[in-house]
Amino acid sequence: MIGLLKRDLHLAVRAGGGFGLGLAFFLIVTVLVPFGVGPDTVLLARIAPGILWIGALLACLLSLDRIFQLDFEDGSLDLLATAPVPLEGVVAIKALAHWLTTGLPLTLAAPVLGVLLNLPGPGFGWLLLSLAIGTPALSMIGAFGAALTVGLKRGGLLMSLLVLPLYVPSLIFGTEAARRGAEGLAGGTPLLFAAGITLGSLAVLPFAAAAALRVNLR
Amino acid sequence: MSIWKYANPLKFMGWTGPVVVPVSVLAAICILTGTIWGFFFTPDDYRMGASVKIIYIHVPSAMMAINAWAMMLVASLIWLVRRHHVSALAARAAAPVGVVMTLIALITGAIWGQPMWGTWWAWDPRLTSFLILLLFYIGYLAMWQAIENPDTAADLTSVLCLVGSVFAILSRYAVNFWNQGLHQGASLSLDAEENVSDVFWQPLVLTIVGFVLLFVALVLIRTRTEIRARRLYAVSARERMNDA
Repeated sequence: MIGLLKRDLHLAVRAGGGFGLGLAFFLIVTVLVPFGVGPDTVLLARIAPGILWIGALLACLLSLDRIFQLDFEDGSLDLLATAPVPLEGVVAIKALAHWLTTGLPLTLAAPVLGVLLNLPGPGFGWLLLSLAIGTPALSMIGAFGAALTVGLKRGGLLMSLLVLPLYVPSLIFGTEAARRGAEGLAGGTPLLFAAGITLGSLAVLPFAAAAALRVNLR
Repeated sequence: MSIWKYANPLKFMGWTGPVVVPVSVLAAICILTGTIWGFFFTPDDYRMGASVKIIYIHVPSAMMAINAWAMMLVASLIWLVRRHHVSALAARAAAPVGVVMTLIALITGAIWGQPMWGTWWAWDPRLTSFLILLLFYIGYLAMWQAIENPDTAADLTSVLCLVGSVFAILSRYAVNFWNQGLHQGASLSLDAEENVSDVFWQPLVLTIVGFVLLFVALVLIRTRTEIRARRLYAVSARERMNDA
């Protein structure tokens, strides 16, 4: 399983595309928002946590179809399914690799973009923390969505339709924690809820995703 | 002999055929008398005026929107555990009915909210969670549409329905969390209803029963259509095999 993780990381970093693309997309979305709503710094400061969360969420969504699609096409997913490693473990490792290559860089980049959006001082720590806690859930839910749509020709659009409603709870609690932090309040309660959703997803969704993969590989 | 024998497609067609017509008629009677009674023979509310009467459509449709999803959840579970094809088809048949019920609830709510709250839409927890429910319905239907193999589609949509239910409930309580007090929770909840005098209560119960029967009738009809479509598909596939 460590080998699988290394393989996925190497593929993501060296095969180009996915790794930097998500970050660039995140940057562009964040830069576009002031063009859309105007350069009013007070307004920007107020909506900054939400914008950064939605930007991270969309950037995460962008790279989801790479989780299983390439492996499905070249047949290595069949090999992984028949390997002695449980498929649930494979799914979890692939979600972890996805998080390391998208969620983690997005989390680290978010404070930098927060400067562009005039995020208030106390918000930076909370934003970093809420993204660090929330994005693993995004990767895991995304892996489930990718597993559902892996066999489809044009699964990308359908996958966004399936995955985005599932992101709602994480988004609500994540932005709430960041927003409260930015306003100088304690964001601990929503942060705990977000952590609960992340842990729950990590516990349950590998099984659901593996079940969906087995159906698709049948 | 158990209840499961009725899940056999042939048996299902047999017993639903005679059942569909009376259920439909009963649903029509209940809804018509309930709404006519409610619209014309109950007094106006002293605070809300005549607009209170939309309750006779709004509350039943909202209830059925949630119950339809619950029924899909049960049917999906039965499909995953016992692999009865009728159950998967019934889940598929219930989804569009649920979408329509959700839409009716949202639209009647907006029509009621405009004069009462002064706005068509507020990001109230109850309203928001219905919007999310609508998104889940749309995703579920899109999943059915996208996959050609019926068994694969049934499996994947069932898994989606199970996971979706968990996240729909999570979202329901998550939006409760950022209720900023702009609006109270919608006043059309059941526990508030019991405070309403019998004048409003009795026609409402009648329309609720009517909507339940309507849902049953529509799901039965749609399931029968699905079974026939499946048979037609099998027949034409056999024809093509014979020709080849």
